[in-house]
Amino acid sequence: MATVVLLTFTGLGLGALYFLIASGLSLIFGLMDVLNFAHGALLSVGAYGTWWAASGHLPGAGTEGAGFALAVVFGTAVGTIAAVLLEVAVIRPLYTRPREQILATVGVGLAVPALLSAIWGADARPFPGPKALSGTFALLGAEVPLNRPVLIGVALVVLAALKLFLGRTRHGLVVRAGVEDRAMVTALGIDVRRAFTLVFAIGGAAAALGGALGGLYFGSVDPGQGTSLLIFAFVVVVTGGMGSLTGAAVASVAVGLVQQFANYYTTAGLGDVAVVVLLAALLLVRPRGLTGRLA
Amino acid sequence: MTTATQPRGRDRAADHPVAGRSERLRRATRWWPTLMLLVLFTLPYSALPLPGLLDGPIGSPGNLQLLALCLLFGGLATGYDLLLGRTGLLSFGHALYFAAGTYVTNTVMLEAGLPFAASALLGLLAGVVLSALLGAVSLRVSGIGFSMVTLAFAQAASILVQRDPGGVTGGEEGRAAPADRLPASLVGIEHTANLYWMALAYLVVALVVVQWAVRSPTGRVWEGIKENERRVEVLGLRPYGYKLVAFVLAGTLAALGGIVYLPLTGGATPQTTTSDFTLSLLVMVVLGGSGTRWGPMVGGILYTWADHRLGDLAGSGAVAGLPSVVRVPLSQPLFLLGALFVAVIYLLPGGVARLPARLRTARTARASRLAARREEAVPS
Repeated sequence: MATVVLLTFTGLGLGALYFLIASGLSLIFGLMDVLNFAHGALLSVGAYGTWWAASGHLPGAGTEGAGFALAVVFGTAVGTIAAVLLEVAVIRPLYTRPREQILATVGVGLAVPALLSAIWGADARPFPGPKALSGTFALLGAEVPLNRPVLIGVALVVLAALKLFLGRTRHGLVVRAGVEDRAMVTALGIDVRRAFTLVFAIGGAAAALGGALGGLYFGSVDPGQGTSLLIFAFVVVVTGGMGSLTGAAVASVAVGLVQQFANYYTTAGLGDVAVVVLLAALLLVRPRGLTGRLA
Repeated sequence: MTTATQPRGRDRAADHPVAGRSERLRRATRWWPTLMLLVLFTLPYSALPLPGLLDGPIGSPGNLQLLALCLLFGGLATGYDLLLGRTGLLSFGHALYFAAGTYVTNTVMLEAGLPFAASALLGLLAGVVLSALLGAVSLRVSGIGFSMVTLAFAQAASILVQRDPGGVTGGEEGRAAPADRLPASLVGIEHTANLYWMALAYLVVALVVVQWAVRSPTGRVWEGIKENERRVEVLGLRPYGYKLVAFVLAGTLAALGGIVYLPLTGGATPQTTTSDFTLSLLVMVVLGGSGTRWGPMVGGILYTWADHRLGDLAGSGAVAGLPSVVRVPLSQPLFLLGALFVAVIYLLPGGVARLPARLRTARTARASRLAARREEAVPS
């Protein structure tokens, strides 16, 4: 029982991380038809931003309490700015060439981790988390690390906030309508392109937050972290149905849990493969993913 | 083509000296691939130094190894373009089929003790079967979904290889090829020329196969699928089967490249299974010019050369003396290549292969502008 509880929390924590990446990815893809290969790089930027601030480079920020919160805010802000820059400088000039947009994000996705490892080295750096979050708590006989429920809580808050934003605000309405039918929204005289930047900012913020919390989850930051998480986020996005936020949430929980349980009960590494096999099986049955959205 | 409409003959050429010259030029350039092949074939005998481009004479084993890698990746990029540039399929899992060729051949040699030729055949077979199976599943989704699914498959394989199931793949270190199973003519530094010729042969095979396939009736359907898949369906053809043929053919070519790669680098390394490997193929194709006959090859050669030489540049004294703002990014070849890739997408749509045509149009445009200006100047 203790193992099951621990595995469930770890799987949900990982799923929360996947959701933070996949939500932005899914929204960006749904609205703009751009598969953002630089999304993992945004996560790395957020992780390194938080790490940089928390290790004492930013005045006021630190490893404890409010200082750590400030570091996370700083990392998220840096990631958001990077995302907006990416949209304005790289994606926007290529609006008429969708294939090239993807290729350009591939280039950025290669260059940014390389730049990070050029500045701070390719090796993993220990992530200075607050002591209050490094402990464990007992639940049904299992010692669950505290950062798991924190990750899950943050992901739930992000999900709720995104749902509220999409459902209750005017900008959210434009984004939802754009995902549904971009040409029609443009025909109605609404400048969808402003929503593009907005969606990129939201996606970048979520990914950077994921990076900051991923540092807690893994206990270290390294330049390749974002890219390896990105691939499973892709699996989540395809499984959940592209452009669907709820689908992404359900799929990230499923993927995280399957991965953890299979990794524990079979040989290590098989869980990662099992996720992909499940994806293949799902595609054979329902080529459009769980929510039935058009790929 | 103007050659078909113009009557041939010496007097015609004499009437129009310019047309005659261009025709002679065209006739001469028709033979340049053969000429190029001859030059490439004789390179191991050359002791010519290419300062700046290579270290020392061309024929030295180190340089031959680099050149062989360049040619190998030229061929590999040509095969990959069968998907990207000819059929319009953006696969992110091509590394898998390359690695299948390398790993299966190596593992069969190591574990079953078969000779190289038999193992290579099995490696090729593995590439065919794997690409047919996974292609059949991934092609059920189209567009970006296809890209993601191919990526997921390749990633699963990459994880599997790095976890080293049963000590078969060698994990993160990979496994060296057994020297006693390889033919003696492919082992040892004094036989680098043979490896070079093998890579050259692979490049020629890839170019010929792709060219032949693209010109076949199936190739015409691929072109149609790339332009507009719905219209191909309306014509009564099922794109799925045609796309699968392209996928399997490209996968087979990649597996063949993997087999050539094995003796060339002396072993199987997990770096060839990663998504970065596929992305580098993508960069090569786009750099050279996707959907053109020579573009992917040129891109593959340029990229591989730059990847190796930039690493040397990063370690050289000239870079070490620079201020850190410049030095730090320069120390990462991947950063330079990524930035270069983005720059090519912006500044050079169509890649290097389109460069001559772009220069020509730019020159004619300038010439006509100049002529117009001169005409304006005359009356006044």
